[in-house]
Amino acid sequence: MSTLTIDDLRVEVATETGPKEILKGVNLTVSSGEVHAIMGPNGSGKSTLAYAIAGHPKYTVTGGSVTLDGVELTKLTVDERARAGLFLAMQYPIEVPGVSVANFLRTAKTALSGEAPKVRTWVKEVNAALDRLGLDPAFSARSLNEGFSGGEKKRNEIVQLELLNPKFAILDETDSGLDIDALRIVSEGVNRFAAQGDRGVLLITHYTRILNYIKPDFVHVFVDGRIAEEGGPELAENLEIEGYERFVKAAAAS
Amino acid sequence: MAAPVIEAVEAIESHLHPTPSFAVDDHPYPNGREEIWRFSPLRAMRPLLTDEPSDAHLQWTESFPEGVSTHVVSPTEAKLLVAEAPIDRVSALAAARSGGAQVVEVAAGAELTEPVSITLTGTGAHVWGHVIFKVGANSTSTILLRHEGSASYATKVDVLVGDGARVNFVSIQDWADDALHGGHHSVLVGRDASVRTVTVSLGGKVVRLAETARFAGPGGSLEQFGLYFVDAGQHIEHRLFVDHNAPHTHSNVDYRGALQGEGARSVWIGDVLIRKIAEGISTFESNKNLVLTDGCRADSVPNLEIETGEIEGAGHSSTTGRFDDEQLFYLRSRGISEAEARRLVVRGFFADIIRRIGVPEVEEHMLAAVERELSVTMGAYA
Repeated sequence: MSTLTIDDLRVEVATETGPKEILKGVNLTVSSGEVHAIMGPNGSGKSTLAYAIAGHPKYTVTGGSVTLDGVELTKLTVDERARAGLFLAMQYPIEVPGVSVANFLRTAKTALSGEAPKVRTWVKEVNAALDRLGLDPAFSARSLNEGFSGGEKKRNEIVQLELLNPKFAILDETDSGLDIDALRIVSEGVNRFAAQGDRGVLLITHYTRILNYIKPDFVHVFVDGRIAEEGGPELAENLEIEGYERFVKAAAAS
Repeated sequence: MAAPVIEAVEAIESHLHPTPSFAVDDHPYPNGREEIWRFSPLRAMRPLLTDEPSDAHLQWTESFPEGVSTHVVSPTEAKLLVAEAPIDRVSALAAARSGGAQVVEVAAGAELTEPVSITLTGTGAHVWGHVIFKVGANSTSTILLRHEGSASYATKVDVLVGDGARVNFVSIQDWADDALHGGHHSVLVGRDASVRTVTVSLGGKVVRLAETARFAGPGGSLEQFGLYFVDAGQHIEHRLFVDHNAPHTHSNVDYRGALQGEGARSVWIGDVLIRKIAEGISTFESNKNLVLTDGCRADSVPNLEIETGEIEGAGHSSTTGRFDDEQLFYLRSRGISEAEARRLVVRGFFADIIRRIGVPEVEEHMLAAVERELSVTMGAYA
């Protein structure tokens, strides 16, 4: 049983007019076996939460903590956080020309497990993971994310999720830009990961659409750098009807 | 319109491209303020610029498939054979003092499956050299010209590509640390011929190559790829000039370099001239430099001179920078250490050039060479 605990997390980003606080005290606990959805309007800071937890250099933690089984993540480097069991599926995966998907996956797996995967079984595992995401084995010879369609990029993120199998996965708007077939395939991948029972998922999304495929145990409404309301799946259904307006107004009034 | 294209075109007036000439006196000893010399380490290059006789040769090791022959011609005969007269003092001296040019011929129509391989090994002497490659019409070949060892080597290299031929010309500068190498590689692209050059410069104290190309008729296609890895105190300079002197010709230049260590210096000049006659051409030039440590300097100067607007397209790009933080973040977010992430990015940066060599054994050798270079600065992180 693992726990990811975010406690009063405050994060700022440098702007031309000086530092700007984006996260204003976020509190959230995700235990393994749980799927949490974070929903919020554009600009609410929900992507910042994802990148700050992963350790993107653009964001500075000014207060609070993020611990994974008691280990303070904010004191670790980006790769140390990953080796501690964290994974971030990105909204805009980065192109790395000349580095093949196969080479990247093998290097990442080796870094995470501390030893090179066995050649024969590993290639089979990779091909099986690609196949589950509807990708051809030839996909692994391509340069990482270079020239990938939006859908291919997102599928590739979920291939990594399945092969690297972290303790906790943060999915940053993985549903954005996907057609209905790709959304179903990607969601099935997330569900397979979650179904292991001892993994945690933090699903960040703007739309409720993906929640038709991935059933969250908890829903958090994220507004103006903090969690404005929490509940079960029924909260998402309310948002589908009411939108974010009520929360945005409340935040503006406070 | 009966005149051959080459004679029909006007003289080049741009100061970027001095008039080619075999006469050494047409190329006075530079003072460093000349456009073509202003980036170059003249003091270090003194042996390459000083007119002193030398009978020494680089050790010549060849591996020729059937359909390839070689012979020597006198300097006088060589003048009539070349793709272009020498464009600077170093190559003019090389042609004049070489004592004759080594001619390597690929027979017309030959379909070579094995590379035409020549290794030139320096044994410490100063050498004037001239090598002429005559690639027969409608032939297919890969030519590998490797430079190793220690030398001060001034050279003129001509690659004459016959009509309809397909050639991959790979020049590798894998010298010892103290070597000096300067000269002029000129390519003449035959009508409808398809030429790819790959220039890899890794070793040597100074490597300064002028690489010029022009077309013997319409329809030719030229791709030029380059890779350089510059270490502390090293100067590596590639000066390209593509002369679109015939219509419906195509060129694409892609040079990539990495620099590391105090005083590492690279220079890339990419000149393209599109003459009035050269309608319907397309050209693109790209130079990317990856600066791995403090204390390096990369100069990158693309120039495009366009004398006709009736073209398919023309462009260039030049980038010089440090690592892309987003790339490193992405790789590291998968548990890959910073040092390993940097290695991956650099390998990837060069892999795209190395795969153009087309000879697996050489490609592996070059990947290993890049790996060795990387261990100089990045080994410390691991």
